[in-house]
Amino acid sequence: MTKIVVDGREVDVPADYTLLQACEAAGAEIPRFCFHERLSIAGNCRMCLVELKGAPKPVASCAWGVRDCRPGPNGEPPQVSTKSAVVKKARHGIMEFLLINHPLDCPICDQGGECDLQDQAMAFGVAGSRFHENKRAVEDKYIGPIVRTSMNRCIHCTRCVRFTSEVAGTGDMGAIGRGEDMEITTYLESSMGSELQGNVADLCPVGALLQKPAAFKARPWEMNKTQVVDVMDALGSNIRVDSRGREVLRILPRINDDVNEEWISDKTRHIVDGLKAQRLDRPYIRRDGRLTPASWAEAFAAIAAKVGATDPKRMGFIAGDLVSAEDMFAFKALADRLGSPNIDCRQDGSQLHPRHGRGSYLFNATVAGIERATSLLIVGSNPRRESPVLNARIRKRFLKGDFPIQVIGERADLTYDYDYLGAGTDTLKDLAATVEKAGERPMVIVGQGALTRRDGAAVLALAAKVAQGLGAVSEGWNGFSVLHTAASRVAGLDLGLVPGEGGLDALAMAEPGALDVVYLLGADEVAIGPGAFVVYQGSHGDRGAHRADVILPGAAYTEKAGLYVNTEGRVQQSDRAVFPPGEAREDWAILRALSDQLGARLPFDSYRALKAALQAAVPHFARVEHVVPATGDALGALAAVGGEVERSALRSPVADFYLTNPIARCSAVMAECSVLLAQGHMQQAAE
Amino acid sequence: MLDDKDRIFLNLYGIGDWRLEGARKRGTWDGTKGMLEKGKDWIINEMKASGLRGRGGAGFPTGLKWSFMPKPDPARPAYLVINADESEPGTCKDREIMRNDPHMLIEGAMIASFAMHANACYIYIRGEYVLEADRLDAAIDEAYEANLVGPNNSHGYPFDIYVHRGAGAYICGEETALLESLEGKKGMPRLKPPFPANMGLYGYPTTVNNVESIAVAPTILRRGGAWFAGIGRKNNTGTKLFCVSGNVNTPCNVEEAMSVPFRELIDRHCGGIRGGWDNLLAVIPGGSSVPVVPAHEIIDCPMDFDALRDLKSGLGTAAVIVMDKSTDIIRAITRISYFYKHESCGQCTPCREGTGWLWRVMTRMSEGRAQKREIDALLEVTTQLEGHSICALGDAAAWPVQGLIRHFRPEIEKRIDSYMANPHPEPIRIAAE
Repeated sequence: MTKIVVDGREVDVPADYTLLQACEAAGAEIPRFCFHERLSIAGNCRMCLVELKGAPKPVASCAWGVRDCRPGPNGEPPQVSTKSAVVKKARHGIMEFLLINHPLDCPICDQGGECDLQDQAMAFGVAGSRFHENKRAVEDKYIGPIVRTSMNRCIHCTRCVRFTSEVAGTGDMGAIGRGEDMEITTYLESSMGSELQGNVADLCPVGALLQKPAAFKARPWEMNKTQVVDVMDALGSNIRVDSRGREVLRILPRINDDVNEEWISDKTRHIVDGLKAQRLDRPYIRRDGRLTPASWAEAFAAIAAKVGATDPKRMGFIAGDLVSAEDMFAFKALADRLGSPNIDCRQDGSQLHPRHGRGSYLFNATVAGIERATSLLIVGSNPRRESPVLNARIRKRFLKGDFPIQVIGERADLTYDYDYLGAGTDTLKDLAATVEKAGERPMVIVGQGALTRRDGAAVLALAAKVAQGLGAVSEGWNGFSVLHTAASRVAGLDLGLVPGEGGLDALAMAEPGALDVVYLLGADEVAIGPGAFVVYQGSHGDRGAHRADVILPGAAYTEKAGLYVNTEGRVQQSDRAVFPPGEAREDWAILRALSDQLGARLPFDSYRALKAALQAAVPHFARVEHVVPATGDALGALAAVGGEVERSALRSPVADFYLTNPIARCSAVMAECSVLLAQGHMQQAAE
Repeated sequence: MLDDKDRIFLNLYGIGDWRLEGARKRGTWDGTKGMLEKGKDWIINEMKASGLRGRGGAGFPTGLKWSFMPKPDPARPAYLVINADESEPGTCKDREIMRNDPHMLIEGAMIASFAMHANACYIYIRGEYVLEADRLDAAIDEAYEANLVGPNNSHGYPFDIYVHRGAGAYICGEETALLESLEGKKGMPRLKPPFPANMGLYGYPTTVNNVESIAVAPTILRRGGAWFAGIGRKNNTGTKLFCVSGNVNTPCNVEEAMSVPFRELIDRHCGGIRGGWDNLLAVIPGGSSVPVVPAHEIIDCPMDFDALRDLKSGLGTAAVIVMDKSTDIIRAITRISYFYKHESCGQCTPCREGTGWLWRVMTRMSEGRAQKREIDALLEVTTQLEGHSICALGDAAAWPVQGLIRHFRPEIEKRIDSYMANPHPEPIRIAAE
């Protein structure tokens, strides 16, 4: 700890602090544009200049370390002033320089109201302008379907450049030209290629980079802000949903260092238009081969008639990927009451099963734990497509150095270097035979590409054996990590949404003629064969609704409160931002109402009662915001499973990052991204 | 007046042979091994005793700079980088050294590298210096051939030397931007600290020196620091290459003693001011980045670091730009402002935005198309620019304008008045295409 005097106040700070951190520790406010906690230090905006006693010039506090300060002649601590005339003049000067070429278009700029430049000009700037020359004009650039540019506004802080090169790892953006002709662009105006590109617009302190899909929709102060948990992937990114009236207008990240830090993927962010398109806003019943609108009573009656005439063993229940824990709990309660053993939450055919303990299906290392790992083996996963934000975490660890990464599966650009071992099960077998203990905290990520196979259990056993050989489980460390692709999956496994005694799993239920009634709760990724009477309860008119005989309109994830458990087992509470459209209802309420009709009344009448019942049944759901760690002995149990594996390549189940779920498939923005970015039809700048 | 016996650069004008043979006749590479055998402490102490101040413009004591290099560490190689990116308008001294006596530089590089236990030296040469780079390359080849440098050279100290050609950006003469450029990145200055002596080229200890500072080192060591210190005034010792250009009768590069009075420098070497001493208007004594000094202040001023600093100007690179009364001083400074606007790298705010602003206002002022109150505003803008940027280019852009306003404010006001006095219809604007 080092002593330093800030504005006459002595503080004791760690020696590796920068002056900016030290000043903040002392309660002084330092304006900044280029500095960002999660990016490297550029020191180029010069807004954070402070006066350091003994230094000939004001120093950039973001880049000047406390240990670089020299003590006074008699050893007194270094003195920093953030309020002196020198500092004030420097700030005025920098502010004036920044504004001379910044257009005065705040009234038509979407950043207005949440603009760093606006705020700091008010706080640290001067009122008038002495600049009587022409302002610089810069052509707007095309940098992709997500981010809209207005380059006149750019203040060249290079946050976007540093983000793409450091966090996203694609290095799409850069600066060309020099002096006042310096321009931020993607070279040749090609589209950015990252799945995290929307974050550059968040980082932009001015309105130069803005979210293209959200352009000109609303002002920040007129929106309601709700804390929600993302369901686009299994990471459970913390998001803030901004809504006005019944409409979700935009989605922004919330800071959670344990999960998504400050980033969210483009799918998480720009799903917004998908929440409005193709919505199921009233019940439907298939009559004469066509889906026709119906009332709730008619729909329930149709289901009750069918269910009443069916043997419970011939009924099946499949929960989808975006469903909250409460909904699944109610869903399972309904199946149990009806006496059906056919229930599953693994519509993709994943072979994970809770019988081996929670440790067999959690991302045990935890997301933040990636930064502690000493080596990494990725089996059957493409984390960049399956969870881009988690991939950024791996890259962050990679950039720290001394982190060997090996991959078995697809050979893809993961934004970091890795040692490619092989494509499939043969490589995994060889590795299991030869593996040696590696480092202190080795980590193994097993993706759904290894598990959504008929021999998934055997592949998982092999992977567990490799992890055992590497020494992935030790005192205080469990590096065996399953990366899920479905937001609901861990909760589903925690709640035991797997087939009961003699029950069928999701793929078996989908077989033609396997069942008479199939109830899909937001399950769109499974194609039910002909013959069955299908009830689809969900929010969007997607694959499941097309197959349905009765449609019950449910709520999307922004329209209901609920608990979600992410891939590492972290229970997170999501709040309701808006109401479901039309006659759609929250899913637990539909299940509760239907259960009454079916004569199997569920024992809760409110969301609160449902949640209490859930938390009573599975106690770790009460530990909201926390990960209840699983024990490491699951690894041994898994490895003991054994079994024959097929000789084939491990392929990630996520072929197209932008179109993985019903909401995304209804989003025009995601469709455009898919065409441009995932399918590689890159748009060139018009001549 | 410098005696011929005290000259260091004996082939400044290229009359003799620039090759190894000719250089040897002039004493280069003489007893180099003996100097190395005396050890690095001796070398650094002699350099300190000589009082040599860096010849690149800032005038930082060279011996002191060399002594800042950390202790040898096998895991962290040290580098010497020679800044031959001589781009300061008016300056052309390094060009003559590299063109006409490249072996002086190579020998100096070897000795300096030895003193800071560097085994490799990079010479970053300005891209426009094609002939100079070719000569330097040829001289280095000769030195390798003669086994003067190289991994197993006759001096017993493994040493490699490389020439790297820049692409002609002025900012790459700034030491950290030079290192960036040398590493293959965009030439943008780094934040300091850490200083190059700790984190320089490729993150290793590095010293960046000017060509002239390195080229004089062997002669200083051969003749002793005391000899060098005996020339010039205290703190401003030794000989210096002056590049006199502008309105003198015979512009030239000349080696003179430090602290030579301006009048003597011009009269003896440059044939006097064009039109006589009464015709002298002002002098920029150290390259475009230092403030202009009016005639009456400079005529009898000793040309050295401290005396010029007292005139609120500087010796800089000793590129003396002489302007007689035919010069439109406002336009001249405007042109300098344009240069800095053009050469700003664009990294940090004050320089990127401020240099363009200065140039635009200066352009109007040179026509008189301005308000008198704008003079003060302009002066304040220069103070906002000065000292707030990452590197010294911001200062360099501000100082000439400050010098102009300090000494020639009446001239600017006269220009504005005469513009006001005459009818000037607004120029007809043409719609942009």
